[in-house]
Amino acid sequence: MFVFKCPFCQEAREEEEFAYGGEAFIARPDAPDQTNEATWGDYLFTRKNPKGWHWEMWFHATGCRKFFVVKRNTATHAIAGSWPLAEGRKLYDAEGGGA
Amino acid sequence: MRNYRVRTRHARIDLAKPLTFSFDGKRYGAYAGDTLASALLAHGTRMLARSFKYGRPRGIIGAGPEESNALVQVEAGALTIPNLKATQVELYDGLAAFRTTGTPSLSFDLKSLGGRFSRFMPAGFYYKTFKPRSLWPKFEHIIRHAAGYGSAPREPDPETYDHQHHHVEVLVVGGGACGLLAALLAGRAGLDVLLIDEQNEPGGWLLSSPESTIGGLAVPDWLKCVLGELSTMKNVRILSRTTAFALHDLNMIQAVELLQDHLAPSARTKGSPRQRLHRIRAGRVVLATGAIERPLVFGNNDLPGILTASAITTYLNRYAVTVGRRVLLLTSNDYAYQGACDLAAAGCSVTLADTRMMLNPEWEKRARAAGVEVIAGHGIAFATGGREVRGAQLVRLDAERNSVAGKGPFVECDALGSSGGLSPTVHLYCHDGGRPQWDDDRLAFVAPATGRSAAGIYCAGAITGAFGLSEALEQTHLTVNELIIGAGKSRVEAPFALGSDEPRARAPRRIFRVSDGLPEGRGKKAFVDFQNDVAASDIHLAVRENYRSIEHIKRYTALGFGTDQGKLSNVNGFAIAAEVMGRTIPEVGTTTYRPAYTPVTFGTLAGPHQGDTFEPRRYTAMHACHVARNAVFEPVGQWLRPWYFPRSGEDMHAAVRRECLAARRGVAMTDASTLGKIDLRGKDVREFLNRVYANAWTQLAPGKCRYGLMLDENGMVMDDGVTACITDNHFLMTTTTSGAARVLTWLEKWHQTEWPGLDVYMTSVTDHWATAAVVGPKSREVLAKVCKDIDLSPGAFKFMDWRAGTVAGVPARVFRISFSGELAFEVNVDASCGSHVWEAFMEAGHELGITPYGTETMHVLRAEKGYIIVGQDTDGSMTPFDLDMAWAVSMKKPFSFIGKRSLARSDTVRTDRKQLVGLLTDDPGTVLAEGAQIIESTAIKHPMPMLGHVTSSYFSPELGRSIALAVVRDGIKRRSEEGSKSGQNILYAWAGGKAHRVRLVSPVFVDPEGARQNA
Repeated sequence: MFVFKCPFCQEAREEEEFAYGGEAFIARPDAPDQTNEATWGDYLFTRKNPKGWHWEMWFHATGCRKFFVVKRNTATHAIAGSWPLAEGRKLYDAEGGGA
Repeated sequence: MRNYRVRTRHARIDLAKPLTFSFDGKRYGAYAGDTLASALLAHGTRMLARSFKYGRPRGIIGAGPEESNALVQVEAGALTIPNLKATQVELYDGLAAFRTTGTPSLSFDLKSLGGRFSRFMPAGFYYKTFKPRSLWPKFEHIIRHAAGYGSAPREPDPETYDHQHHHVEVLVVGGGACGLLAALLAGRAGLDVLLIDEQNEPGGWLLSSPESTIGGLAVPDWLKCVLGELSTMKNVRILSRTTAFALHDLNMIQAVELLQDHLAPSARTKGSPRQRLHRIRAGRVVLATGAIERPLVFGNNDLPGILTASAITTYLNRYAVTVGRRVLLLTSNDYAYQGACDLAAAGCSVTLADTRMMLNPEWEKRARAAGVEVIAGHGIAFATGGREVRGAQLVRLDAERNSVAGKGPFVECDALGSSGGLSPTVHLYCHDGGRPQWDDDRLAFVAPATGRSAAGIYCAGAITGAFGLSEALEQTHLTVNELIIGAGKSRVEAPFALGSDEPRARAPRRIFRVSDGLPEGRGKKAFVDFQNDVAASDIHLAVRENYRSIEHIKRYTALGFGTDQGKLSNVNGFAIAAEVMGRTIPEVGTTTYRPAYTPVTFGTLAGPHQGDTFEPRRYTAMHACHVARNAVFEPVGQWLRPWYFPRSGEDMHAAVRRECLAARRGVAMTDASTLGKIDLRGKDVREFLNRVYANAWTQLAPGKCRYGLMLDENGMVMDDGVTACITDNHFLMTTTTSGAARVLTWLEKWHQTEWPGLDVYMTSVTDHWATAAVVGPKSREVLAKVCKDIDLSPGAFKFMDWRAGTVAGVPARVFRISFSGELAFEVNVDASCGSHVWEAFMEAGHELGITPYGTETMHVLRAEKGYIIVGQDTDGSMTPFDLDMAWAVSMKKPFSFIGKRSLARSDTVRTDRKQLVGLLTDDPGTVLAEGAQIIESTAIKHPMPMLGHVTSSYFSPELGRSIALAVVRDGIKRRSEEGSKSGQNILYAWAGGKAHRVRLVSPVFVDPEGARQNA
């Protein structure tokens, strides 16, 4: 059972209040209709699934109902932090896109 | 009756409180403080069970959660609990326990006959014997009957259970010497401390070794002193009878507290919980879980009367019971010596065989002084006895190798205890991924003395391999001070000297399977795992058959399975496997330690979340109206909805027929309140709808409604419903009943992650509105009686319009939409007025025969029209085109709506996808089973192509025949004129063991022109 700090409520709460929202920062192609099959397929189906640090979205379902990002280690379950999407994005980019 | 009770100074039983209990119907006396095991041993009861596979006689082997043999059923009827360990059952007056094995009786067991053929039942017996899997069904019943232990209660559990959540700075697991010291130090440092301990009182091993001293104080005095100080600390709490059974990520510990199990059912407080689940979130955890002694493996080591040496010591010192009068102990280490001395002091004749050549001189001196006969350098080849141990044949061991150097004496005994060393209780440490380390000096898998302090997990005492009392206390003092400093407090000095009078330990001998001088398998069976009847020879066999991973050896032999989870057997098993494979023990490693440490009742895990409180039950605002009209209800998700409304003498079929015909030919009404409703406001709602629905919303004017198909990004239909334009900046969306929560989350996700710039606010208003759908050709007439301020004429109030007005005196939104294909009005009012409006309609429609109907009729009516139910007729792989609903998709919208691009993927544009069609059987009376597979021919051969399946199937009263919806490969072409001409429209539905000929038709069976809903 994780404990997440919701960056909007500024409260550390049990996992029960949250729902997983999938890998973070998967951008929808700007012009889907002009996107080729392979790129669209990657957007739909290809996920990083790393053993290690992972940027992912969580949803404060029974709280403020905001999506936010969490940097979590999938191997150790350590949580590095949680941020609103835009702030998390800056850190993510600074890290080189979660690579 | 034999009596093995003795007088000891410090026993924890109360001789002033005698009580009686029964085992297998026979009554016995005991004292308060006894466990079922100690009391039975006090009467000399040896055999309590028959073994799992061979039916061999078995008795008590341990004194705590490690017990593998003495599984009992406690109490009968609704209160019965199966498979409790007799060593953990605290006695109360009148307790009734029963054996869980032995058919027909303990003294004569049918399985024991099989035991004589045990060489035909090797490891992997079941895998090998039932390799032709066709044999298994024939034997399954017999084997299942023979296997297993107690039986679960058949009645509902009358007891209650509770959950409690804690947030503490320090959690100490284990109330032995080290746990108590840890709590004392952390408490003195001012930290908020919770200590939990499995036993009925704190003390741990100290309760079994009262003659030891700490800092010059006798152990009972030390305990009194420490517990006294702890009880005065407001920041320290102690929970006894509380077992931590799981350690999860981020220091989340689950523990079960037995609140009333130790009380007679009549003495329990009614309404108070029997057990409580504690979910503890701890800043820091101190694992002071101690260690469990493992037995040595030798021939016939499973005879009743053979226990671990520490268990024999515990029964003597804690319960004032000598397991026998002539006691033989076999040890590879120093730990059995104190017990030997104590037994001798209690008047037993004691022989101590030590497998080591070089004894610890101090212990040898003390033992001999106490009158113990000490034999160095010997092991046991085999024990003798029928239903209990009578003696043992000793052998002289080689000084270096584990082999026999010569014959030893035969020693008569009526109790035998063995000690192969201690196995630290590392389970919790390993639950969240920690691995134990092999300590080659101490011959044990230990948790590191440093714990995992970065994660806030500290290990104290015997769990780290610090088996001696003083070294354990010193290590605890160091570790807990690290914790204290890490928590920002100042170092706490030891409140007393930590030294004990124990002699300094001498190294144990590396021995697990004691050699009997014969090749494995030739001598007497030597058991490693008692609960699963795994002998040393089984592990040899597994390795011979080329199993190499210890996880595979475990599964092949069943080593470490069962209610004891290998607490006694695992390390012996790993060591024997290592020996046979010629590897080291750390190379072989351990199996995985998983929660739960000991069995936990389902009642505790469920706690208050059972029955009515398991999940909230939702009722509509009109529920009482339906109850009053004798509705039969069905659960739909959390909702309870009327299913049908039978009149007296009607079955479901008759009621549904009547309700359907009323809707088609007169007037009927259903409660549609459960549909999900989402209120959307903001200047960009229209654009938002354009993006989340396949349809176009730009032209929808206020006062109008539109049916929408919602797709996921794969282009598959995920929800549908009608959305009304209230004003240009305000829309009301309806979703499927079951999809309401999912759709709201979906919309919020897209809004927050992709289009935060859109000005849209969403609110769930499902519960705010009550909805009565008035349906049928006479519905306008009924509505007109209770609604005077809306022009209901067909020209003024068209199909797919909505109007605001007053219905039965209440403000209402009236939607002219239809899920039945009939003229219909869905009247939405404030939920608090729901039953008032329902009753007003019933009264107004009385003379026209208004008929309430439930979900079953709703389904028939919609299926007659070919209206889909998302999730029933679709399954996440259906596009709008598969459903022949291209009319609901606007490919021209400027923004590429969710799912649009995927509709052009090579897989979604295939024309031979499964598509929605109607089916008609040859026999109008045959109602196909939903789920029936669609096949091409009556000639059944395996495998054959499955073309699709029936998704909805009903008898249509309107048509007087059965109808069905199905998804069928290339179905739209097959049912077309062209398909009919070539006969492609004829297929078969496989249902009830029969292929039914079916004709593929349009899914719209009634009023294909839609004249009725537009009337």
